Amino acid sequence: MNRDAFFALADRLQSGLSGAEILFCHLGGEVSDFVRLNRNRIRQAGHVRAAALGLNLIDGARQAEGRCDLTGDARQDLVRARHLLARLRERLVHVPDDPYLHYSTEAGESHRQVGDAIPAAEDAVAALIAAAEGLDLVGIWASGEIDEGLASSLGHRHWHQSLSFNLDWSCYLEADKAVKAGLGGFHWDTATLDHKLDALREGLRIMARPARTLDPGRYRAYLAPAAVNELTDMLAWGGFDLKSHRTHQTPLLLMTRGERRFDPKVTIREEHARGLAAGFTAEGFVKPDGVTLIERGVFGQCLVDARDGKEYGETVNAASGSPESLGFDAGDLPMTEVLARLDTGLYIGNLWYCNWSDPNDCRVTGMTRFGTYWVEGGEIVSPVKVMRFDDSLYHLLGDRLEGLTRERELILSAQTYNGRSTDSALLPGLLVSGINLAL
Amino acid sequence: MEQLSEFADRFSSQAPACEYWTLRLVEDESDHLEVRQGVVEPSALDSSLGAMVTVVRGGGIGYGATSDLSAAGLRAAGERAADWALAHARLGLFDAGLYPRASTRADYRSTILESWKAMAVADKLALLQEANTALAIDERIVDWSAWLTRHRVSQLLVSSDGARVSQVFESVHPGLFAVANAGSQTQRRQGGGADWAQQGGLERIAAVRLLDDAPRVAEEAIALLDAPECPEDTRDLILLPSQMVLQIHESIGHPLELDRILGDERNYAGTSFVTPGMFGRYRYGSELLDITFDPTVPGELVSMVADDVGTPAQREYLIRRGILERPLGGPLSQARAGLPGTANTRASGWDRPPIDRMGNLNLEPGEESLAELIARVERGVLMDTNRSWSIDDSRNKFQFGCELGRLIEDGELRGLVRNPGYRGISAEFWRSLDGVGGPETLEIRGVTNCGKGEPNQAVSVGHASPPCLFRDVAVFGGGE
Repeated sequence: MNRDAFFALADRLQSGLSGAEILFCHLGGEVSDFVRLNRNRIRQAGHVRAAALGLNLIDGARQAEGRCDLTGDARQDLVRARHLLARLRERLVHVPDDPYLHYSTEAGESHRQVGDAIPAAEDAVAALIAAAEGLDLVGIWASGEIDEGLASSLGHRHWHQSLSFNLDWSCYLEADKAVKAGLGGFHWDTATLDHKLDALREGLRIMARPARTLDPGRYRAYLAPAAVNELTDMLAWGGFDLKSHRTHQTPLLLMTRGERRFDPKVTIREEHARGLAAGFTAEGFVKPDGVTLIERGVFGQCLVDARDGKEYGETVNAASGSPESLGFDAGDLPMTEVLARLDTGLYIGNLWYCNWSDPNDCRVTGMTRFGTYWVEGGEIVSPVKVMRFDDSLYHLLGDRLEGLTRERELILSAQTYNGRSTDSALLPGLLVSGINLAL
Repeated sequence: MEQLSEFADRFSSQAPACEYWTLRLVEDESDHLEVRQGVVEPSALDSSLGAMVTVVRGGGIGYGATSDLSAAGLRAAGERAADWALAHARLGLFDAGLYPRASTRADYRSTILESWKAMAVADKLALLQEANTALAIDERIVDWSAWLTRHRVSQLLVSSDGARVSQVFESVHPGLFAVANAGSQTQRRQGGGADWAQQGGLERIAAVRLLDDAPRVAEEAIALLDAPECPEDTRDLILLPSQMVLQIHESIGHPLELDRILGDERNYAGTSFVTPGMFGRYRYGSELLDITFDPTVPGELVSMVADDVGTPAQREYLIRRGILERPLGGPLSQARAGLPGTANTRASGWDRPPIDRMGNLNLEPGEESLAELIARVERGVLMDTNRSWSIDDSRNKFQFGCELGRLIEDGELRGLVRNPGYRGISAEFWRSLDGVGGPETLEIRGVTNCGKGEPNQAVSVGHASPPCLFRDVAVFGGGE
């Protein structure tokens, strides 16, 4: 659905409001092609056209929310939206005043367009398959338009549209011996694709060596940015959310109590201005350019969404308690010197399936996965069979953190559970004096 | 369903020229009511309606999904699916002639004893308020909530071969939790049906004892604050059904998914330590291990009459007396692998193509009572309610955490332990199964957030299990 059609729908809905009713309309839509690949061939390919309208009807201090899909046909969509609005009115009769009702009363307008030219999915996938000939390539191509809009009866008019692609892929040698890459953004560049494929082919040559089996214990290690992304994803799970902090459920509880801290080299921010996500919230608030979450190893600010902001008396600075555009400050370790500084230990390309082992102590467990190697004397010696780690981030980002790389990688989320994600993270690699392997 | 039939007729009259097509229409409605800390959260009335068109043409297969169910919208989705079918014909992994052609005609509807509408919204909120009051028993309870979620999915599958499968799945899912805190220690318990979802109506509220369960949940959260950490050593382990669900799900269900074995999921959800040659001979577990795929269990989350490509659903043994018999694979995967399978090709909604998923995957009961299982343990720990889950991409090395543990000494239950966890290797763990609870201990549960697939799909799956006894397992507690 385009911007004009959405705003026109919102206008017509709002013209039917009565009394003191206030209506917020939110649109989330996409027109996407998805192509699954296995063994460098198309496993499953298709097209999805979706648009969902979210309504929040407010009357005095009461509110009710609802959502319905839109068709793209103005007449039909008005019928569906009015039907939903009628159901919300009916529901409002039965709900009490909401003390945490919170919305922006400052009408604002914005329009942001990210990306303007991507290749046809059929062409890009055909080029990929040709370039990757001989490789056992598996993964997903996702591309197309993502729309987000907000309109309210108070005058809010925001629109965010992005046109992007995301190729999330890996190449296998055998069993679970594999290397992984990502290629996403707004401009398709075959030279970059070829460069990434060359790197994967080189990785597979190392993977062909006999894999080393490690015993459980503590190992010196380098975690590449993709592995760091898994750890920051864990911190995103309650680490920065205001409600988690105020109800003592945050995994950073010891930090907020002043009992533990990260290393002073650790500064983590929510970088709304850099990110790919919309700059507004569903309640009409405009996100600030950035929020410092961890500053020099100690806790900074929480992410505060509208509801939590009202409940706890804090200023709204996010759409939710989880970062959308996380940035981890770089260090001074050149990536070209990572192996030399590691000397002997584990090079961890990716982590997988992390979860809290003990959230009270910020202890995480997970698995090594793609592109993980044993390094000796600053040289990659062999791949390593998958290992389970179980360790506290107070150690990995604290007393055992030796360095952060000078260069950072921008990692675009490949998640598509509720439509294509616009989350991203800008991350360095980490050198640690030890990571505990448990199994 | 009448409206879905009209859409189906509309599409059928203008279906694209091709060898075979299917149209799967899905209408998904939900209503969520929640009261947290005595405050009514904004209620959410969500609905979704759309269609997935699948086209087999020229030896390839493609799909097109749309929420535009007008004649033009459905036609456009069909044309886009046909475009992708032609691309698949040139660059596809398999000949689309392998794709199953369905002519099944069947209907299914969840059994509802008490309609969602039989209770006024005000009464539902009053019930949730009462549960909130019962949870807030102490100032150490720092967060608490109770909810009711009603979910209704109406689905119609039609095909060019004459299939017409209509199914209506309905559930009412109650739940509650309490969080207790003292200083740097926080503990959470859930109950009232939070991890006990089934198909059904408002009768589920009584079945899971929503209100009566609240004091127990709050009291256990508080008791865990002062409980010692679970010891770290090797000892016997009894898992209650609330944890068996995850153990079955992660270390039997996922490794047996045939699309994983075929490599489709290697970039995301992972592969499997199970290989095609293992079926019919591999000892997966002890003689006590019987695992069925059973879409016929009344009320279980994925009880159904057919899967999303029209395969008639029936009960099958996957593991019998510990020996691996068949994988979880729909007809396309079966054809690709040359193996038998199950009716488990499912999609999370109208906007995703179906893939191999778990359905109802159950551990068949044995003969012992829970007390008899406990009596056979000299030194062990009992664990209740999943809290944390992690397993490698081959579904072998796992680590799980639970909300609550109890020590077992000399055949008797002793005190609580907090932050209990255990780890092991799937290929070895099930061979240490030494006791399975009887039919009276069986609980029909499931999980509602099983993630898999590219593009990603989250679905509900059913798991029924009694409590089980495992010997010599590595257990541990919390702390850095």
